[in-house]
Amino acid sequence: MTEADLTIIDYGLNNLKSVSKGFEKIGRSSKVVDTPEEVLSAKCLVLPGIGAFEDGMNGLKKRGLIDPIKQKVSEGTPFLGICLGMQMLFTESEEFGLHKGLDLIKGRVIAFKAPEEMNIDWYKVPHMGWNEIITPAGSTWNGSFLEETKEETNVYFVHSFYPVPEDNGVILATTEHGKQIFASVVQKGSLVGTQFHPEKSGELGLSILESFCDINNIGEGGTEK
Amino acid sequence: MSKKARVIARLDVKGPNVIKGVQLECLRVVGKPGEMAEKYYLQGADELIYVDIVASLYGRDNLLDIVDKASDKIFIPFTVGGGVRTLDDIREFLKAGADKVAINTAITKDPELVSKGARMFGSQCIVASIEARKIGDGKWEALTDNGRETTGLDVIEWAKKVEELGAGEILLTSVDNEGTQKGLDNDLIRSVTDEVSIPVIACGGAGSSEDLLDCVRKGNTDSVAVSSILHFDKVTISDIKSTLNKDGIEVRNLD
Repeated sequence: MTEADLTIIDYGLNNLKSVSKGFEKIGRSSKVVDTPEEVLSAKCLVLPGIGAFEDGMNGLKKRGLIDPIKQKVSEGTPFLGICLGMQMLFTESEEFGLHKGLDLIKGRVIAFKAPEEMNIDWYKVPHMGWNEIITPAGSTWNGSFLEETKEETNVYFVHSFYPVPEDNGVILATTEHGKQIFASVVQKGSLVGTQFHPEKSGELGLSILESFCDINNIGEGGTEK
Repeated sequence: MSKKARVIARLDVKGPNVIKGVQLECLRVVGKPGEMAEKYYLQGADELIYVDIVASLYGRDNLLDIVDKASDKIFIPFTVGGGVRTLDDIREFLKAGADKVAINTAITKDPELVSKGARMFGSQCIVASIEARKIGDGKWEALTDNGRETTGLDVIEWAKKVEELGAGEILLTSVDNEGTQKGLDNDLIRSVTDEVSIPVIACGGAGSSEDLLDCVRKGNTDSVAVSSILHFDKVTISDIKSTLNKDGIEVRNLD
């Protein structure tokens, strides 16, 4: 049996189906795994996720996946974290107490301001719905997996927390929610993370997944598109 | 919630078909769920809602199958309702690829299902579905089983209650206006949006894009669910969005 193009990490709480269906639509094969051995043999790793930070980290810990993930990242294996999977790349999170993350990117995950503090009519938490990604000053999407993506592309978010990297250099795209500008896409070497859900962001979201595969030479690409 | 208004396509399904009626009755077949969902997805719908209108009576396997097939082709968030009774039902729908579940009958009988569901899966995936029938000036009663049963619950009080229990959104359908294409019940929508801070999806009665714009303005909501005028090809999702956008309401663009 040939190895799957993408290895999706199952840590017990995420909706994996839409992610694997998304890759299937762009002609890439994927498999869902939850053991250290399978993570270690992956060509490319995807860490999706919806849920609480602590539950997510506990899910990885319980399955013995933390060290294998760190090892793969240090070897330069292409890695995509989505939503909670992106937040867990950071040092720590303030969600329901302070919790340690994978610490692959230095920084802390913090909460959006409460609506009571903001006095903006439409402002709500969670930040749920369609919003735009833009290039922050001093950064460029050239050469990255967002190279083909247009400025201000609308993508789908569902989250109440967001990461604040120590080094602004890892921020590839930002998004604004109620005057708070946060890192919606981060990149550090072969590691990328999106706070939004490309698998729920329509055809443009799928093309972002496709670019991620293309730039990492993952799979051939499909005939469907 | 983001500041962009959401235009949501609603598909009521019965067995293998999408159906549409007037005031949840006189149903007629308008198409197949897979094909119609894909059409609205490609037109730029921001989300989809599937409601199995007979699932409370006959079980939910049909809808699970539809959700499973939809997740092959639909890459936007979608909500599933009809026949969700337990935490296991919620889990099953989410696992099949749905992002949210809409629950009506079961939460009127067991309101704790909202809080338990929100705690286990997150508020963002629990949508309280409320079917409202006008019973007097500024008063509406919540119905269940697609308008077949009364509950004695006051819609505004019930909406406040589901928010307090942890629902992430309310899908608010006017049974009186549903399918009539005479415009939405903006008073109903406004009465609820004035009292809750979670998003309220206005549903029932749109006959034109202008009706939807009217509802966003007068009902003070940012989310509308549309069926008849899409199913009967009176307008497309993009027509609706351009009507909203021309009036200064931000919508998601497709490019």
